[in-house]
Amino acid sequence: MSGVRLLVGTRKGAFVLTSDGTRKKWDVSGPHFAGWELYHLKGSPADPNRLYASQSSGWFGQVIQRSDDGGKTWETPGGGLTTAPEGMPKVESNKFVYDTSPPNGNPLHTHQWYDGTQHPWEFKRVWHLEPSLTDPDTVYAGVEDAALFRTTDGGRTWHELAGLRGHGSGPRWQPGAGGMCLHTILLDPKDPNRIFIAISAAGAFRTDDGGKTWRPINRGLRSEFMPDPTAEVGHCVHRIAMHASRPKVLFMQKHWDVMRSDDAGESWREVSGNLPTDFGFPIDVHAHEPETIYVVPIKSDSEHFPPDGKLRVYRSRTGGNDWEALTKGLPQKDCYVNVLRDAMSVDSLDPCGVYFGTTGGQVYGSADGGDNWMPIVRDLPAVLSVEVQTLR
Amino acid sequence: MIRVVLPQHLRTLARVDGEVQLEVQGVVTQRSILDALEASYPMLRGTIRDHVTQRRRPFVRFFACEQDLSHEPPDTPLPDAVTTGTEPFLVVGAIAGG
Repeated sequence: MSGVRLLVGTRKGAFVLTSDGTRKKWDVSGPHFAGWELYHLKGSPADPNRLYASQSSGWFGQVIQRSDDGGKTWETPGGGLTTAPEGMPKVESNKFVYDTSPPNGNPLHTHQWYDGTQHPWEFKRVWHLEPSLTDPDTVYAGVEDAALFRTTDGGRTWHELAGLRGHGSGPRWQPGAGGMCLHTILLDPKDPNRIFIAISAAGAFRTDDGGKTWRPINRGLRSEFMPDPTAEVGHCVHRIAMHASRPKVLFMQKHWDVMRSDDAGESWREVSGNLPTDFGFPIDVHAHEPETIYVVPIKSDSEHFPPDGKLRVYRSRTGGNDWEALTKGLPQKDCYVNVLRDAMSVDSLDPCGVYFGTTGGQVYGSADGGDNWMPIVRDLPAVLSVEVQTLR
Repeated sequence: MIRVVLPQHLRTLARVDGEVQLEVQGVVTQRSILDALEASYPMLRGTIRDHVTQRRRPFVRFFACEQDLSHEPPDTPLPDAVTTGTEPFLVVGAIAGG
């Protein structure tokens, strides 16, 4: 019996939504970690019952949670109650310390602040968790201030892949409105040494040696908010997506502009086409049609809500340029929610399911590739992220 | 026994109800209480004070005996009422919201 499990992160906890393969009736579990911000939850492709969650608070900082039973129970990795401690326990599941050791990277340097001055790197939270495609104990974490960390022991310890910040362009990276976050991590299913990441506002980067060295892949991007609009770094990339069958083809929702690369990021071209606005946050690819992509246009960077009060997902079946509005089941008046960058996901059932969550607390789903939508839940806290697991 | 009152979010994280009671070796100070607390509840490491610097997180405060001890040096002995367990040591999330 097939089914799907949605992992929903919100401003005030996590929710797990489950359904069978028909995707008509849903069970809602939660809130988990009530009152905390859950920026992201994601399951391991190698073990669907292994889930990771990023739990954070402005008061108490970062916590990493792990579940080994599909979200029924959770633990902080290595953080269980010790009844007879001998010395201080070495609990480091929430310890994200930038690597300043000379062999691994450069000394901790500064990045550009909003006013153009230099500002020291400061860890704030984990934005995105990307489990390995093959090992349930290996997970990548994208953090604010932007850096990439990895655990290979199921979340008990985390170590920075310091070559990214060691690239040397860090002084030109700058925070977007949400902070200077590393929010996108794409693992190449055909090449275990290749990883793509994206940072707001630095741009996209790629490693071809498993994370030791990185280079920016932003040729073709244009950002008018920079003194040099085509600079090597500084672009506010909001999201990148790929289809597993074609890891050299990348789709990008930038601050403005929807972009496409057919050469693993070596060059980009704009495919915004007939979109009503090319500003937005999420972008995703249909599970079975590598040229079918989805975006949610938002009016502008200053207003952050849908044009004309109509919540519309736009679908292109041609890899961009030609877009159609998907509206059936979505509010078409007086709607002023936003859809954040990590809040869209697709399942791999047939037909493909598409899901997204809003800052108004709705999670919408479509069991037919976007033709028809229904609200799965309407009144959650503001949704930060939506991930889907296809269970078989 | 030393009595410690945690804010709700940390009680949930540590899976405790009400006050926490701790045995503290030696002089009772902020540092020795937090060392004992984290030894018994390792999941709290990093949530009250920084992993590396061991400094109090900015939005966390320490109260006892109707005094704000947040800015006292971490090795300053705490009031006798805390040492004897007459009064609790309070870990407080700075007020915000409404």
